[in-house]
Amino acid sequence: MSTATDTPGSAAAGEKKKAPAGERVADWADGRLGIFSLAKANMRKIFPDHWSFMLGEVALYSFIIIILTGVYLTLFFHPSMNEVEYHGPYVPMQGVQMSEAFASTLDISFDVRGGLLMRQIHHWAALIFLAAMFVHMMRVFFTGAFRKPREVNWLFGFLLFVLGMFTGFTGYSLPDDLLSGTGVRFMEGAILSVPIVGTYLSMFLFGGEFPGHDFIARFYSAHVLLLPGIMLGLLVAHLILVFYHKHTQFAGPGRTNKNVVGMPLLPVYMAKAGGFFFLVFGVISAVAALFTINPIWVLGPYRPDQVSTNAQPDWYMGFPEGLVRVMPGWEINVAGHSLVLGVFIPLMILPVVLGAIAVYPFIESWVTGDKREHHIADRPRNAPTRTGFGAAWIAWYFVLLVGGGNDLWATHFHLSINAITWFVRIGFFVVPVIVFVITRRICLGLQRRDRDKVLHGRESGTIKRLPHGEFVEVHEPLNQEQLHTLTAHEQYQPAEIGPGTDENGVERKVSRGQKMRAKLSKGYFGESGQIPKPTSEEYREIESGHGHH
Amino acid sequence: MSSETGPHENVSDENLPSAQEPGHGAVARKDDPFADPGLPPHEPRIQDIDEKAARRSERAVAFMFTLSMLATVAFIASYVAFPIDKIIFVWPLGHVSALNLALGLTLGIALFCIGAGAVHWARTLMSDEEMIDERHTVAAEPAVREQVLADFKQGAKESAMGRRKLIRNTMFGAVALVPLSGVVLLRDMGPLPEDKLRHTAWAKGKLLVNENTNEPLRPEDIAVGSLTFARPEGLEHHDEDFQQEIAKAALMLVRIEPKDIKDKRELDWSHDGIVAYSKVCTHVGCPVSLYEQQTHHVLCPCHQSTFDLSDGARVLFGPAGHPLPQLNISVNKDGYLEAQGDFAEPVGPAFWERG
Repeated sequence: MSTATDTPGSAAAGEKKKAPAGERVADWADGRLGIFSLAKANMRKIFPDHWSFMLGEVALYSFIIIILTGVYLTLFFHPSMNEVEYHGPYVPMQGVQMSEAFASTLDISFDVRGGLLMRQIHHWAALIFLAAMFVHMMRVFFTGAFRKPREVNWLFGFLLFVLGMFTGFTGYSLPDDLLSGTGVRFMEGAILSVPIVGTYLSMFLFGGEFPGHDFIARFYSAHVLLLPGIMLGLLVAHLILVFYHKHTQFAGPGRTNKNVVGMPLLPVYMAKAGGFFFLVFGVISAVAALFTINPIWVLGPYRPDQVSTNAQPDWYMGFPEGLVRVMPGWEINVAGHSLVLGVFIPLMILPVVLGAIAVYPFIESWVTGDKREHHIADRPRNAPTRTGFGAAWIAWYFVLLVGGGNDLWATHFHLSINAITWFVRIGFFVVPVIVFVITRRICLGLQRRDRDKVLHGRESGTIKRLPHGEFVEVHEPLNQEQLHTLTAHEQYQPAEIGPGTDENGVERKVSRGQKMRAKLSKGYFGESGQIPKPTSEEYREIESGHGHH
Repeated sequence: MSSETGPHENVSDENLPSAQEPGHGAVARKDDPFADPGLPPHEPRIQDIDEKAARRSERAVAFMFTLSMLATVAFIASYVAFPIDKIIFVWPLGHVSALNLALGLTLGIALFCIGAGAVHWARTLMSDEEMIDERHTVAAEPAVREQVLADFKQGAKESAMGRRKLIRNTMFGAVALVPLSGVVLLRDMGPLPEDKLRHTAWAKGKLLVNENTNEPLRPEDIAVGSLTFARPEGLEHHDEDFQQEIAKAALMLVRIEPKDIKDKRELDWSHDGIVAYSKVCTHVGCPVSLYEQQTHHVLCPCHQSTFDLSDGARVLFGPAGHPLPQLNISVNKDGYLEAQGDFAEPVGPAFWERG
C-alpha cells in the first residue's frame, strides 16, 4: 500500500513490518476520503467545560432519540383517514368507528410489544427536545454567545426551535384522537381568519372542507420527511459551525479570547458526550415507562362535534394558544367581507414574539458598533440591559403560557377566568417592562458586589475586635486568579454623536438612526446601565491605605 | 478598527474597549494586580496518585457496564415473559401495563448504565489535564480576500454577464418563471371554497336525529335543563363524508321557558321554548358543549367563549366574534321536530367571504 511507496527511507531498511489492521483500514479510508487531515484538526479538538454547555447536547440527543423511535413507529402507523370499525384487543373501543390512523395507533399501543414504550419515548423526547432547545437558546442569549462570529448559528438554532414546534404539532396531530383533532380544528379556524386567501388556504391544506380525508397523510409527510429533513440539515450546519468557531468559554485564568482551554475530544469528550447520550436516552426511557403521556385510548377518536375539557396543546404550543385565548373577539365587516381580527391579530403576533428574540444579536451589534470576534462568554450580570431584555422576553412568553392554560389555572387555583384573561391582557404589555427593570437592577447590584469583592476582598466571617472596642469583619483579599476573573469583562463606553458642527464650523449631518443608536448606547452603557469595574489604580490605592476594609 | 465600523462614521468608536484581552502570554505583569496569572497548575486527582483508588474507579465503571448487560438481558426476558395485556397495580403509578413498565425500566437502566460508566471513566481515569488550543479569526487574511475577489471579478468578466445584458435578463426571467410550474401543480391540493362554508346538511323538512339514541326527536324528549345533541336526518356515521358534514351540521337543543327568551327572532324560530343552535363555536370551531342550566349559558371548553342561549346566543365572554347561528325549527304533522331550512348564516369560525 501507500506506506511502502511514500516512505522509501524506512522501507529500504528491509524490515517491512506490516502495519496493524486498524491502521491499514485508516490508510485505505484516508486515500479515498482524506480522513487524516480531518482528524488532525478535530480528533484532539479542545472543548471547554461548563455545566450549561450540556443543554444543547440534551437537545441534540433527544433529537436522535426522536428519529430512532420515530422510524420504529412508521413501521406500524397507517397515515390514513379511511374510516374503520375497531376490532382490536382494547375492549372499550371495540365496534367504535375511527380512522385508520387512530386504529393503528391503538394497535401500536396494545398489539405491538414495546410499541407503547416507543410511542411514549417518542412523545416524551419531543417535549424534552423543545424544552432543551428553549433553555439552550436562553443560555446562549444570556452569555452573549450569539455575538460575532456566531450570529448565523444563532439563526440556525432559532429556526430549529421554530421548526421543532411545527414538527411537534404535526406529530401529535397524527393519531387523529379527539384532543389532537381539536387542535387541528383550531389551526383551521386560525387559517380561515387570514384575509382574502384564508378559505383558499384551508381548502388546499385539507383537500376540501375540514377535516376531509387528506390532512393526516399530508401532515405525515411533513412530519416524517419534510420538516425533519430540513431540521437535520440545519442541525448538521449548526454543529459544523460549533466545531468551526470552537466553543465559547467563560473568562478565567489562562482563558482568553484567543484560545480555548479544556479537554480533548478524544478521549474525554468522546466518553463524556457519548456517555451523556446514553444518560439522556436512559432517563427518557425510564420516564416513558413510569409516566403515561398522551393516552389516546382514553381520549377516543376525533369527531368534529365532540370535545373533551382541559383541551390543552403540548407545552410549546401553549403561548400561541394564550394569544388566541385572551384576544378580544374583534370582528369587522368591511364592504361585505369579514376581517377576523380576534384570531388574525394573534396569528400575526406569534411571529413577532418569536422574531423579537431572533433579531436581537443584530440589534445589539448595531448598538455597540462592535465588529470584533467574541469568544469569552459574558456573565449575565455584566450585560444588564441584554439580561433584562432576555428576562423580559421569557416573562412575555410565560405570561402567554399562563393565558394558554387559563382553564387549568382557574380550576387548580380557584381563580376567575375573567381575572386571568385580564391579567394576561395587561401583563402582555406590562410584565415584560417590569421584569426588564427589575432584572437590570439585580444585575447592577451583582456588579456592585463584584466590585466590592475585588476592592475590599471577600467576607471571611471572622469578627475582629479593635482596641477601642469596635467590631469589624475581616475581609480576605482575593487571589490574583479571582481578581482577574472578576475584572476580565469588557465595558463599553456610550457612543457619542460628537459636536453638531465639524472643525470648519459646517453643520454635520447626523441621521436619525445615528441619534437613536447613541441614545440606545447610552441606555446600555451609560451610568444607569453598568457599574464601572474597578481599575488597578483604585485597587492599589485601597491596598496602600490599609485599614479601610 | 475604525475602518470596520464604516456605517457608523457619525458616531465615535471611543465606546469600544481598547484592549480586548490582556496579552495571552499569561505573564502576570507586576504593575497590574488584575493581570491574567495564566492557567493554574494541574492538580492530580486521587486516581492519578493512588493506584488503589484508580482500581476502585475501574471496578465501578466495569460494574455499571455489567449492570447494563444484565438489564438488556432482562429487557429481552420481559419481552418474552410478559403478555402484552397484563395489567398490574404499582404504587403510586396505579394500574399500568406490566410489559411497558418492565421494558421501559430495563431499557432505561441498560442505557443509563452505559452513560454513567462512560462518564465516570472519563471523569476519574482519563487525563483531566487542561489543554490549550489557539483560536484563529474566521475572516480571511487580506491577501486571500483580494485574491478571491479578483478571481470572482475575472470569472464574472469571462462570463460576460455584465456586458451581454440580454443574456443576463432573459436568464433571470427564465429562472424566475420556472418555479411557477411547481406552484401551478399545487392547484389540485383542494377545491376552491366557492360557497361550501355557507351550506350545511340541514334543509327544510329534515328531522332532528338524537345523536345519542339515533332516533328522531320529539319536543317531549327535550327536558328543561338538559342539553341535547342532534344531527340532520340522513346523515349516518358510516357515510363517506360524515366527518366534514357533522363538522358543520352539529346541533344542540335546549328548552327555555318562552318568557325567558329575550331575543325576538330566537322566540320565532323556537318551538315551545325549544331552541336549536349550531354546536360549532364561532371562534375557531371547537364544539361548544358545556351548558349552565340556570343561566342558559354555553361555554366552549377550548377557549372559554361563552354564549347566552336565551338571548340569541350572543357572546358574553371570550374570544368569539359573533353569536352562534340558530336553526329555525318546528314540529311536523307526525309530532317530530324538523328544520325549517338551513342555517341563515355560515356556521363556525368567521372567514373573509362571510361578510
